[in-house]
Amino acid sequence: MIGFLLSIVAVLVLVGIAVVGVWGLDLRILFGVIVPYAALITFFAGMVYKVLDWSRSPVPFRIPTTCGQEKSLPWIKRNKIDNPASGGAVLLRMALEILTFRSLFRNMKLDYRQGPKIRYSSEKFLWLFAIMFHYAFLVVLIRHARFFLEPVPKLLAALEAVDGFLEFNLAAVGIGLPTVQLSGLVLLGGVSLLLLRRIVIPQVRYISLAADWFPLFLITAIGLTGILMRYVVRVDVVSIKELAMGLATFHPVVPQGVSAWFYVHLFLVCVLFAYFPFSKLMHLGGVFLSPTRNLANNSRSVRHVNPWNYPVKTHDYHEYEDDFREKMIGAGIPVERETAAEEPAAPAAEGKKEE
Amino acid sequence: MAVKTPSPQVVSQIDHHPPRQKWMDTKPEFKPGSYLYGAQPGNLEGVGLPNPREWSPADDDWKLPADWQGTVREGIAERLTRFRSFKLFMDICVRCGACADKCHFFIGTGDPKNMPVLRAELLRSVYRGEFKTAGKILGKLAGGRKLTEDVIKEWFYYFFQCTECRRCSVFCPYGIDTAEVTIIARELLNLLGCNIDWIAGPVNNCFHNGNHLGLQPHTFKENAEFLLDDIEEYVGVRIEPTFNRKGAEILFVTPSGDIFAEPGIFTFMGYLMLFDHIGLDYTWSTYASEGGNFGFFTSHEMMKRLNAKMYAEAKRLGVKWILGGECGHMWRVVHQYMDTMNGPADFLEKPASPITGTVFNNAAATKMVHITEFTADLIKNDKLKLDPSQNDHLTVTFHDSCNTSRGMGLLEEPRYVINNVCNNFVDMAPQATRENTFCCGSGSGLNAGEYLEMRLRGGLPRANAVHRVHEDKGVNMLACVCAIDRAVLPPLMDYWVPGVGVCGVTELVANALVMEGQGPREYNLRGEENLSYKPPADEEAPAEAGEEGAE
Repeated sequence: MIGFLLSIVAVLVLVGIAVVGVWGLDLRILFGVIVPYAALITFFAGMVYKVLDWSRSPVPFRIPTTCGQEKSLPWIKRNKIDNPASGGAVLLRMALEILTFRSLFRNMKLDYRQGPKIRYSSEKFLWLFAIMFHYAFLVVLIRHARFFLEPVPKLLAALEAVDGFLEFNLAAVGIGLPTVQLSGLVLLGGVSLLLLRRIVIPQVRYISLAADWFPLFLITAIGLTGILMRYVVRVDVVSIKELAMGLATFHPVVPQGVSAWFYVHLFLVCVLFAYFPFSKLMHLGGVFLSPTRNLANNSRSVRHVNPWNYPVKTHDYHEYEDDFREKMIGAGIPVERETAAEEPAAPAAEGKKEE
Repeated sequence: MAVKTPSPQVVSQIDHHPPRQKWMDTKPEFKPGSYLYGAQPGNLEGVGLPNPREWSPADDDWKLPADWQGTVREGIAERLTRFRSFKLFMDICVRCGACADKCHFFIGTGDPKNMPVLRAELLRSVYRGEFKTAGKILGKLAGGRKLTEDVIKEWFYYFFQCTECRRCSVFCPYGIDTAEVTIIARELLNLLGCNIDWIAGPVNNCFHNGNHLGLQPHTFKENAEFLLDDIEEYVGVRIEPTFNRKGAEILFVTPSGDIFAEPGIFTFMGYLMLFDHIGLDYTWSTYASEGGNFGFFTSHEMMKRLNAKMYAEAKRLGVKWILGGECGHMWRVVHQYMDTMNGPADFLEKPASPITGTVFNNAAATKMVHITEFTADLIKNDKLKLDPSQNDHLTVTFHDSCNTSRGMGLLEEPRYVINNVCNNFVDMAPQATRENTFCCGSGSGLNAGEYLEMRLRGGLPRANAVHRVHEDKGVNMLACVCAIDRAVLPPLMDYWVPGVGVCGVTELVANALVMEGQGPREYNLRGEENLSYKPPADEEAPAEAGEEGAE
C-alpha cells in the first residue's frame, strides 16, 4: 500500500517539478535541453552497461527450458520451436517469444474447488493487456519520430494513416476531432488494465513493489499529458518540432510559445528513460539474454564448454577398491589389484575399513 | 519419529488468498511435517562440507559459523559472476504473476511464499538490500532487506520446499527459472552447513560407496541376485548379469533406489529381462552404481564430484558407451551438465544399438542413451517379442517427470514404448502432462519421511489429474520413468487416489516380454497373480478379480 501511494505521489511530484520549473522559474533550457540530453545519455549508457554487465557472467551450462519433444530418433516427431535443436530454431523461438509473447500466451488459471477438484482454465488477459501495451507503446514511440525527421518519411505517414483510421469512422458520424490516434488510446487502455489487474488480483497485489507501481503511474501520466495536448489544450506543434529538431541535430534551440504542458510531458518521458536501465524495465534487454530460452537443447550431441570449470575432489575407483577389496573378492566382483598397493603381500589387509 | 498426517479432507481445505500481513513480516513456522531434518555432522564431514554440527531447524540457534553473513555475501557475489542465469533472474522479473499459480506447492499449500515469484524474491530482496544502491538506501520501499538469521531460516524452509521442477519457467515471459534460483540458494545454505539430512546422507553415501543408499559392492550384487531369483521363480528363466566387467560393450547405470525397494525393484527386474532378451553385451558397475545425483541438490560442485564416477568407470571398464535407466533428475544432469562438467568423453564411441544398428546421433557428445530411447528403437525395429495382452488388466497413464520433460524433452519415447507393451493407455489432461507436467511433490531430494504431509500437498495437483482419469477412464496404473517417482507416488496415490498402482515403464515392458524358455507367466514380477494370464489349455483361468494393488 505504501509503495502504491508513494508511487502516485512520486509521479505527482515529478509533474510538480516540471510545472514549477517551467511555469514558475522559466527554466526552459534546463527542461528543454539539458534534462533530455542527460536522460538520453543515461538511457543509452545505462542500457549498454547493464547488458555488458550481464554478458560478463558466462553461461556455464546449457539449460534451456524445453517445452516439447526433443530431437531424438528420426521417426519421432519433434517440436522444433519449443525444443530447438539448432541456432536457427532458437532464433524462431526467440522471435516468437519477443514478438508474440508466446510464453504468456500459454498462461492458464488455477481453478481450485472443494473435493478437491483442480482444473485449469484459459487465461489470456495478461497476454492481451501486455500485447496491447507493448505494441501501442512501440507505435507511439515510432510516431514521435515525426518530430525529429524532416521531411517526414512516407513509411511513417503510412503508419499514422493506419493508426488514425478511426478518423474516417468518426468523421462519418459527424464528430470533428483532430485525427484520433488509436495507439495512444490503446496504450493508455493497456497500462490501465495492467494497473487494474495488479490492484484487483490479490496474489499480484501481494507481490507488488513500489518498483512495479511507479512505472505504471509514470507511463499513465505520460500518456495522459500526451493525449491532453493532442485533443484538449492546443499546443504549438511547429515550435515543438523546432525544439525537437534542434535536439536531434545537436543545435538545441528553445523556441517561444511552447506550452508548459509539453515540458511536463517531456520531463516525464525523460524520467522514464533515465529510470529505465536501473529498473525492472530492463526486461527489454534481459529477454534476449535468458539462458532458458536462447539456447539450443543440444547438449547431448554438441559439447558445451564452461569457462570456469575447475577440478574437483572425487572419490576415484582405486580409493573405492581399497575400501572394499576383500568384500569385492569375496563376492566374486573383479578387482584391479588383489591386494592393496601400499601393503604388498600383506595378509593383514582384512577388515581394513569396516563400514 | 512418525509425524501424524491429517486426512485428505483436512489437507485439501486450501485458501489461496494471501494474508493481510506483508510477506517480509511473516516467518515460517517449523512445525512437524512441514520441514526437513537438518544435515547430520557426519554426512557433511564425509564430503568436506562446512560447519558440521548437531542441529535442528526447529532450534532457535542454528549454530551458524562465524561471519556467516560475510560468507553468504561473498557467495552471492561470486555466483553473480559465474551464472548469467542467476544474475539476470535477480534483475529482470516484473512480478507479473504469471508463475504464481503454476507451482504445485502453492496449489497444495496456498502459502504465498510458494508462488515462484515470491520464492525468488526471498533471495532477490537480499540481493537488492545488500548489493543495490536503491535497496541499501530505501530498504523495504525498494524491495530490499538485510541478511538476518531469520532470512536464512526462511530460505531453508522455502528453498527446500521447491523441487526445482521448472514448471514456472515454462510460463514466465522471460524464462526465469526458479530452479536456478533454488539451486543457488541451496549452494549458499550449504556454505553455512544448512543442508537437509535427506540430501546430505545420500551425497555422503554416494561419494564413498558409489550409490545413495550406501550399498557396498557385495550388497549391491546380492540384492541383484535376490531379484534374479524372483525372475527365475515368476518367469522361469535364470539370468546371469555381470558386475564391473571389463570389455563389455555397454555400461548400464540407473538409480540405486531401484535395486532396493518396491516398486522400483520390478523395474530393475525389467532391465535384467530386457537385456537378457536381446542378448546385450553390458555390465553393471558397483562403483558407478548410482544414476541419480543428490549432489545436484547440494551444489554445482557436488553434482560434478558425484557425477564424475560415470565417465571414470566407463573409461576404466573400456566400454563403448553408456546406457542410462529411468530417472528424472539423473537425466537432467546427464543431458544438460555431464559432458560440460566431466567431459569430453572422447574415450567412448558414438552410441549405436548393437541390436538394430541405429546410431544415436542425439547423444553424439555425451555418449549416453536413455533406456526408453533404446527400447523404442528396439520396438520400432521389431526386435522384441512382445505380448501386450499380458498388461490387459491394467489401464495405464503416464506421469511425465519434470526433469525429462522440461530439461530434456523426452515425451514421446515412453509413450511409444507403453503403447507397444500395453493395450490400454490414456493420457492425463494436457494441462498436467508433457511440458505442463506436475511434480510428484517430492523431487530434488525432498522425499524424506518426516516431510510426508508437505509432499502430499505438493503432489496434490499430480494426484488430482490422476484422480480424473481414474474416475473417468478407469486408470489403475501410473507409469513413470523416475526412481524418485516410484518411491513417492505410491503413498501419494494411496492418500489421494486409492486403487492406482505405480510402476516403471520397463516393468510394463518386462510384463509383455516373451522370454525364450519362459515358464507359464501366472505371476507378474511382483509375485502377484497375473490377472491377464491365459493358460494355454482350454481350461478357464481362475481369473478372479483379486485385489490388484501396489504393496
